[in-house]
Amino acid sequence: MEYSLLILITPFVLFLLLGLTGHKMKPNVAGIIGTTGMALAAILSYTIAFQYFFGVGKVDGVFQQIIPINFEWLRFTDNLHIDLGILLDPISVMMLVVITTVSLMVHLYSLAYMHGEKGFQRYYAFLSLFSFSMLGLVVATNIFQMYIFWELVGVSSYSLIGFYYTKPSAVAASKKAFIVTRFADLGFLVGILLLSFYTKTFDFATLTADNASLVVNSTAGASFLGLSVAAWATALIFMGGAGKSAMFPLHIWLPDAMEGPTPVSALIHAATMVVAGVYLVARLFPVYFFSAPEVLTMIAYIGVFTALFAAVIAITQTDIKRVLAFSTISQIALMMAALGVSGFGGHDGLGYMASMFHLFTHAFFKALLFLGAGSVIHAVHSNDMRDMGRLHKYMPISSITFFIACLAIAGIPPFSGFFSKDEILVAAFHHDKVIFYAILVSAGLTAFYMFRLYFNIFWGKEKTYTEHHKPHESPWLMTFPLVFLAILSCTTGLFDFSEFISPDKMPFATHIDWTIAGMAIAVAVIGITVATILYAKGSDKPAQMAKSLGRFYTATLNKFYLDEVWMFITQSVIFKMICEPIRWFDRNVIDGSMNGLAWVTQKSSSAIKGLQSGQVQFYAWVFVAGSIVIAILVLFCKV
Amino acid sequence: MIPMEHYLIVSTLMFFIGIYGFITRKNMIAMLISLELVINAVDINFIVFNRYLFPGQLEGMFFTLFSIAITAAETTVALAIIINVYRKIGNVNVGNINKMKN
Repeated sequence: MEYSLLILITPFVLFLLLGLTGHKMKPNVAGIIGTTGMALAAILSYTIAFQYFFGVGKVDGVFQQIIPINFEWLRFTDNLHIDLGILLDPISVMMLVVITTVSLMVHLYSLAYMHGEKGFQRYYAFLSLFSFSMLGLVVATNIFQMYIFWELVGVSSYSLIGFYYTKPSAVAASKKAFIVTRFADLGFLVGILLLSFYTKTFDFATLTADNASLVVNSTAGASFLGLSVAAWATALIFMGGAGKSAMFPLHIWLPDAMEGPTPVSALIHAATMVVAGVYLVARLFPVYFFSAPEVLTMIAYIGVFTALFAAVIAITQTDIKRVLAFSTISQIALMMAALGVSGFGGHDGLGYMASMFHLFTHAFFKALLFLGAGSVIHAVHSNDMRDMGRLHKYMPISSITFFIACLAIAGIPPFSGFFSKDEILVAAFHHDKVIFYAILVSAGLTAFYMFRLYFNIFWGKEKTYTEHHKPHESPWLMTFPLVFLAILSCTTGLFDFSEFISPDKMPFATHIDWTIAGMAIAVAVIGITVATILYAKGSDKPAQMAKSLGRFYTATLNKFYLDEVWMFITQSVIFKMICEPIRWFDRNVIDGSMNGLAWVTQKSSSAIKGLQSGQVQFYAWVFVAGSIVIAILVLFCKV
Repeated sequence: MIPMEHYLIVSTLMFFIGIYGFITRKNMIAMLISLELVINAVDINFIVFNRYLFPGQLEGMFFTLFSIAITAAETTVALAIIINVYRKIGNVNVGNINKMKN
């Protein structure tokens, strides 16, 4: 399966080609080249997935880790070396399929959506770079290679969020995204170093082999501040994942990242990059489970808290992309929570499987939601749902596909979200009732805010649209990805994921638990009904309710002032207390001593520069006088 | 026989007169002459020390001859420079030669 390297090479070559020579091409040519390349990568990854899942991958009923390519890049000691390679196992193959599919759809969609934008070629170059780094991230054979691609993903996300670099808010958002995730990656790096210091390896296969016994044995006994070293290392690694996956309280960058072009939000901030954190935890799952179960519990609680928290905020937002952003945070948090409640081996591994399953289904319906929102924005030229209404009659395809995606995310059978969310609920039910009910509530909220969004855009009150700006259905290049993703949202739930993915790589059987599924459906239906009553006809009840909630509503609208809290912490605490004294020290002591040195040199040289007059006679005089003085000293002061 | 000190006094006087002239004179030819005085004072010292302290040897003598030859060459070069300077700026005042300074 050496040809799997082509999946990485294709987008990278495209990036070089479009990045270096794109400005000489016609925009459409660049777009078509990029899309064709992505289609090639998608076909390759489908081939690999087919070959892996139905061919070479399974040996004696267990899925194997296949490493077709691995070469040593940097060697530190005999054991510790950084390799670059390709690791194929069920989750990485699944991710390859997800990334290339969504990326291909976004490439297609952007041909129409970004048409006529300045920097069209640059946009495609960065899309290719992003696809390259994300694919490299998922096939990484070792944690350091993952870290390298992790940062590459961050950079390409930065440049895509800041694509409209003339817009100050986009620049600020891209900086925020980069700085927040970079801050989290600091924890990731420290975690990697800590883990590799004890285990002497970066290799995923070695780390997770044999129930992570290497980690358990090598860190046994070592502890710091009452927590074991394994817990510290894994918690710090999780911090990196929490930054990328926008877990509370590091989620603040994701809503702002919506300043980027909408297809970028669909690709990066819904389907692929933000699940990197979930993927990271899943990749190291045996390490978490066997060496630091307390960290796994922490992940579960952070997950459910974030899920609820983001769902509440999503209810009040009026920018349609921000609603989707908070919904993404909430859904990814569910995946994290599912990992947190998962066990290991056999049916206990349900949470792990459910997390990956939800990742898979969520990627498609959330990409669909974002692309649908992009289609609406394209038609209305506004992000605000208050400028929209009754769009169903203008753009039926967008409306119907959006409706399907809403049903999928709300968890209505037989759409995909129902199956994956149901597995998460079952896993949580067997592990921790508190988490179970919290997830149930957030599922209800999800159904409510998604349908609030849907009704506000496509139904509700008719808005006055100016004659030459009448909303219209998008071109086929945009509706085709919508329809394709809608089909996927209907069908992906029917995969039996437990046949393919489990923590110990052995298939197990799952069945739908109808009591739990019934509760989930009931909650979703309640959410949808409430949304229908409040928003379908465009009544003024929501405004009254908002008024009666008073401060709670304002707090939610302002995202619980977390941005302000972070601002306060960075500005008032970190900048004032730490940076300001250090700055003073730097400016006054370090710069001061250097400036003083320069000042002394300058002054003394200007004082004595008159001595070098070029008058030979003066030199001779000084020379003779000096000689005489030395002679006198030698003669009379015998030392 | 004239004591050695007499020679030395003469040569010292010549030496300092030469230095004095070199420092105070502005005319380059006068400075050159002063320089000759300094060198000749040194030559006298060579001969005197050779004659009085190491009478059986000839190094001092040879050194003096050597020195005279070099002085002649050096004077030639210096005079050539001075003549060229005179052609350029019309005088031989050492303070006026500042073309190469800036």
